[in-house]
Amino acid sequence: MSEQQLRVQSLTGVDLTLKIAGPGTRSYAFVIDWHIRLLLACVWLLVAAVAQVKITWRTHDGLISVLPAAIIYFLYHPVVEVMTRGQTPGKRMAGVRILGRDGGQPSTTALLLRNVFRLIDSLPATYLVGLTTCFLTRQRVRLGDIAAGTLLVLDNAAAEASLLRIELLAANSKLSLDALELIDQVLERWDSLESANRARVARSLLSRLDPKEDAANLAHLSDAKLRDMLQAHLGSDAAVNHV
Amino acid sequence: MFDGDDIRVWIMARAGSWRAIVNNVAALRSQRQATVDEALNAVEAYRGLARDLATARRVVPNSRTTAGLESLYRQIHTLISRRPQGGWETIRSALCLDIPKVTRELRVPILSMALLMGVSALAGWWLIATFPTLIGMFASEDMIEHVEQGHLWTEGLINVVPSSMLSIGILANNITVSVMAFCAGIFLGLGTLYLIAMNGLMLGASFAFVHQHGLACALFEFIIAHGPVELSVICIAGASGVALGESIIRPTGLSRRDSFQACAHRIGPLLLLCAGLLIGCGLIEGFISPDPGFPMASRVTIGAAYWLIMWSLLTGRLFVKRIAE
Repeated sequence: MSEQQLRVQSLTGVDLTLKIAGPGTRSYAFVIDWHIRLLLACVWLLVAAVAQVKITWRTHDGLISVLPAAIIYFLYHPVVEVMTRGQTPGKRMAGVRILGRDGGQPSTTALLLRNVFRLIDSLPATYLVGLTTCFLTRQRVRLGDIAAGTLLVLDNAAAEASLLRIELLAANSKLSLDALELIDQVLERWDSLESANRARVARSLLSRLDPKEDAANLAHLSDAKLRDMLQAHLGSDAAVNHV
Repeated sequence: MFDGDDIRVWIMARAGSWRAIVNNVAALRSQRQATVDEALNAVEAYRGLARDLATARRVVPNSRTTAGLESLYRQIHTLISRRPQGGWETIRSALCLDIPKVTRELRVPILSMALLMGVSALAGWWLIATFPTLIGMFASEDMIEHVEQGHLWTEGLINVVPSSMLSIGILANNITVSVMAFCAGIFLGLGTLYLIAMNGLMLGASFAFVHQHGLACALFEFIIAHGPVELSVICIAGASGVALGESIIRPTGLSRRDSFQACAHRIGPLLLLCAGLLIGCGLIEGFISPDPGFPMASRVTIGAAYWLIMWSLLTGRLFVKRIAE
């Protein structure tokens, strides 16, 4: 599925691009949050039990054991979303956040409304209505989001880190920006790539950067040597971060 | 045209400002309020960033630099359009202006829902009075057994379940019913009509059944303290649901989606007040209604007083008067 984007007009005349989270990312965030609230509710019940509070219906003790656990479980989403302005821990871990359709921060009313509609979205079970709506709507939203005028967008915090890094790269190397970014990405992902694949990518890059480089010579170079050569292209200061 | 060296020079020239914006955004995100200077600086940075982003989109599209600028631009846009923290003033404004306004707008649907519930209740009464065996459709076996033995199912309730737990169970159920009546409006209002009609039918059927066993007065005594507000709130939630359905059928905005969204936002504060009122109903139903220690007169007084409080809140009279003073 291609990445969904929404262009929002801004006051400056330069459109804002919002990358919309799909049903998969949405479900991933929900599952994390579901585990957190379940865990918190269980911890509270455990604490109450350890404190020797009897959980029986015949005493008033249920009020201090079952009630807080129920509140944690059922009011987790509305309370945490309002407190964090649309980024629950699960959403933060999944790299998404709730925004208004104008790209602005959603209001408290909007956040409460999208949670009220969970009652319909969760019907008949396992959020079937919500998920179906997500698949059918262009902006991948559930009914609660339509009512509240909100979207779940990808929040790419790493993008800003690369923005700060580009200054260092540009200062230390004479390569073009495209080449710099490409080498930087390869080195960044070096350890997660398979040995054979990264060596092939490194050889291909090195032969393009320096056409005089002998292909046969490159084929005999070790994994570590290829990495060193790529780092040398970034310049000494910039390469330090990848060592 | 930009060549490789120009891009490098441009990045070197602008990178310092980007670094400053990244730091400012992080600082502003962590604080709840910003000074005027901070806000003006953010707006200025937003303008500068817009220019840089436009340049980056043109000269280095699909690069990490452009992606970074897009992300930073979105963050600063969100920060600048952040709504002010209203606090108590927002609640006050909702109680004095928003809720009375939407209640006035929903006057006809509220009365229609009350009428629908009344007619359904009469239909339920007639149904059970004519075909008593059909009570199994509306009441559980336990309830039927209790009534046939000459007792209401509510008798001795607080001996079985503590009042606090009873209240929580009841208010959770009532809030779910009301919210469901509102949300079901998304099915073009038909879901709401079904829910209200079913509630009325069950109420009428229950009353007819207990009347046949000489317990109608006892049931009336049980519900009079919490019932007026509870039933009114269900009618209000139903009217809200119908308005939601109408906003989809007859959109007033640019699209059905916009109209639906605007309607949900307009009705939202009213729904929150209804949830608050239902919490009160749950407390009365858990602590007062099942307690035989409360005589009929005090139950009627509580029921009437609570209904008047609800009416004052919905019409805004409770707060508008104070502001005028």
